[in-house]
Amino acid sequence: MTLLAPLLHGLTLLLVPPLLLGTVNKTKSWFAGRQGPPLLQPYYDLVKLFRKQTVLSTTTSWIFRLAPFVLLVSTAFAGLFVPLFNFAAPLSFSGDFILVAYLFALGRFFTTLAALDTGSAFEGMGASRELTFSFLTEPALFLGFLTLVKISGSLETSGFLLSPLLHYNSQLTAPLILTALGLFLVFLTETSRLPVDDPATHLELTMIHEAMILDHSGPLLGAVEYSSAMKFLILGSLVVHTAAPFPADWPGGFALPLAEVLVLAVFVGVLESAFARLRLKRVPLFLTGAVLSCGAGFLLMMR
Amino acid sequence: MNPWQDFTNAESLSQEHVPLLRPDDFFASVDKLLTSTRAVAYFARPLGDSQELTAVFADDAANRLLTARTLVTETQIPQLSDRHPQLHRYERELAEYGLLSAPNLPRLRRPPLVGDSEEFHPVPGEDVHEVAVGPVHAGVIEPGHFRFQCRGETVYRLEIALGYQHRGLEAAWEGGPNARTRHYAETLAGDTTIAHTSAYARVLEALSGTRVPLRAEALRALGLELERLANHVGDLGALASDTGYLPTASFCGRIRGDFLNLTALVCGNRFGRGWVIPGGVAFDLDKPRAAELLKRLDVLTKETTDAVNLLWSTSSVLARMEHIGTLTREQALTLGLVGPAARACGLVRDVRFDQPVGMYRFQQIPVSTYDTGDVFSRTYVRWLEIQKSLTFVHDLVKNLPSGALSAPVGALKPNHLAVALEEAWRGEAAHAAWTSSDGKLARYKVIDPSFHNWTALEWALKGQEISDFPLCNKSFNLSYCGHDL
Repeated sequence: MTLLAPLLHGLTLLLVPPLLLGTVNKTKSWFAGRQGPPLLQPYYDLVKLFRKQTVLSTTTSWIFRLAPFVLLVSTAFAGLFVPLFNFAAPLSFSGDFILVAYLFALGRFFTTLAALDTGSAFEGMGASRELTFSFLTEPALFLGFLTLVKISGSLETSGFLLSPLLHYNSQLTAPLILTALGLFLVFLTETSRLPVDDPATHLELTMIHEAMILDHSGPLLGAVEYSSAMKFLILGSLVVHTAAPFPADWPGGFALPLAEVLVLAVFVGVLESAFARLRLKRVPLFLTGAVLSCGAGFLLMMR
Repeated sequence: MNPWQDFTNAESLSQEHVPLLRPDDFFASVDKLLTSTRAVAYFARPLGDSQELTAVFADDAANRLLTARTLVTETQIPQLSDRHPQLHRYERELAEYGLLSAPNLPRLRRPPLVGDSEEFHPVPGEDVHEVAVGPVHAGVIEPGHFRFQCRGETVYRLEIALGYQHRGLEAAWEGGPNARTRHYAETLAGDTTIAHTSAYARVLEALSGTRVPLRAEALRALGLELERLANHVGDLGALASDTGYLPTASFCGRIRGDFLNLTALVCGNRFGRGWVIPGGVAFDLDKPRAAELLKRLDVLTKETTDAVNLLWSTSSVLARMEHIGTLTREQALTLGLVGPAARACGLVRDVRFDQPVGMYRFQQIPVSTYDTGDVFSRTYVRWLEIQKSLTFVHDLVKNLPSGALSAPVGALKPNHLAVALEEAWRGEAAHAAWTSSDGKLARYKVIDPSFHNWTALEWALKGQEISDFPLCNKSFNLSYCGHDL
């Protein structure tokens, strides 16, 4: 079991993410009365991208070529600290949640740098929007983490997400619900989903994340898309561990969190079908809501 | 006493009846008339050593058109668009022909090169950044270049450069009519085939004195309303898609195709090509087909109602549309807006109501207006018009007049002017033609509704968020090829 658990975690982290995007797309198609692309389409897309030639803008430097892989590696590394099942993640140390948050920040830093490297007006706008919004998601994420730390008394990501104290405690219901809600909003923002961003749009002027990667092609684009999918799994796990801490002591129950992430993907698809996108000007209000929600959860724990 | 000649839509006038004014009198009366009328056409043609400038204005309240002409030599035309912005694009065109010296008027039809910033008007300041979009876009759409001057996310100025689709269409008509000229009208703007072909046919009918049978007029009105239905439904879907609201986007995308298929049911072409011909129509709607059309129309009426009403009951969609890209009623009047964009500013302006021809003389259709002037208003006016058109089509098909399908079109009268207006789904499509002394088309002028409305998009974007541009743009949904000709 000692070797099996990290192996299962690693394989899941590498292989499952595109399936989640496929699930979201399939749900959206179903709502729209379309058949939609095959469930496995994101895999085909990734294979296609990694086999394609890269076309580089003449204004870009080595930063542009390096950035997608820094993003991919930092995201995957962060994924080694967040439990995907009901057993601990392969890596953990006291205070590792700070590393997790800043590994995501590192990836974002390089993505925005690469976007600015192209000198394109679209990518400059995309980078500016991404950084503005991440400025608001970060406090929400940390307040959420602090609440979980306070509840569990553990400073390790695996520790506080899997803490048995998260289960069956009516005292903790209110802060947990508030924290889960805040983290869910952070999850939607960070994975560029509606109502903040629209991953399906072709309108450059409205894009956030997509605007930053307009110049990427081939394996560079593949690495960015792959990282986005991975981020969906990692942050999704974070949300479901907080929102639905069901006990899973029955056989096969260890995979329950993963099944919950799949349900989350369906839920995201439903949300994207039922709501229009927010005006860009309103997004900071939406994110302030995330900060307030996590903050209120934290305050309740400080009583 | 006003010396201008008044006449009606789809009527021809001989050259003697179009008053020839001295340039001073002409421009003084243009200046005066434009306070109460609007410009329908304002174009020049070479006549001997000088140029003949013809103006056609619409007095909508009196349901009449007014016309006069003058002879000018090069760069003799005074610039009136400073006082009457609705003349702006007409004057830009005249300036391109070298008839008007106005260094501050940008060109209408730019060369297909982008990049020389001197052509645009940059906003000074360190915080200001320029965003250039197009002419090649991310979607499969027509080419046009948009230059934004922004500070942060706010647009200070938008300039739109068009002309990439200039095909020399107006010149191609000269010497006609011939076997090709009808197809020029059909393909002038692919989504407005029926309206432009009807206007073209009316010009020829007016010039030849042809009387179109009533059944043909009814079928033309059917074609025009089906075209409006298909495009309006498609627009509502596209607007939903731009707000990120999927259900209406998907349903309307499909329903638009079903409306196009109704046109195909009658004439075999989804865009109505070949349906309207000078003198009448080329395809009849027989009893079984009429029954089939009504059957499908009933289904589509229900489906469209269901799909579109989702928009009005989803607050997140309304939040995206309200108070965005607002134009006031005064701005709409100043710019001479036409079509749903004008009616969304509260203007009662509709060719079917103001200058009715053909079937609309007998079977009226109410003018749908709304008064907020924003994206929501333009969206909602489309929905109002869809409902009115559905009723109109239903009644029309149930009570189709009998009679012939077309009348023979004879030779054109020499030295005549004819003007025909049709309410296309985007607004007024105007065709004007002068014949030569041998009865050929000497000058053919087309004014697509987009010609009036492109400037409105520039105005609507002032002070808006740049991320709202795609939605604003879609709410106007203007034609590039119709403008560029």
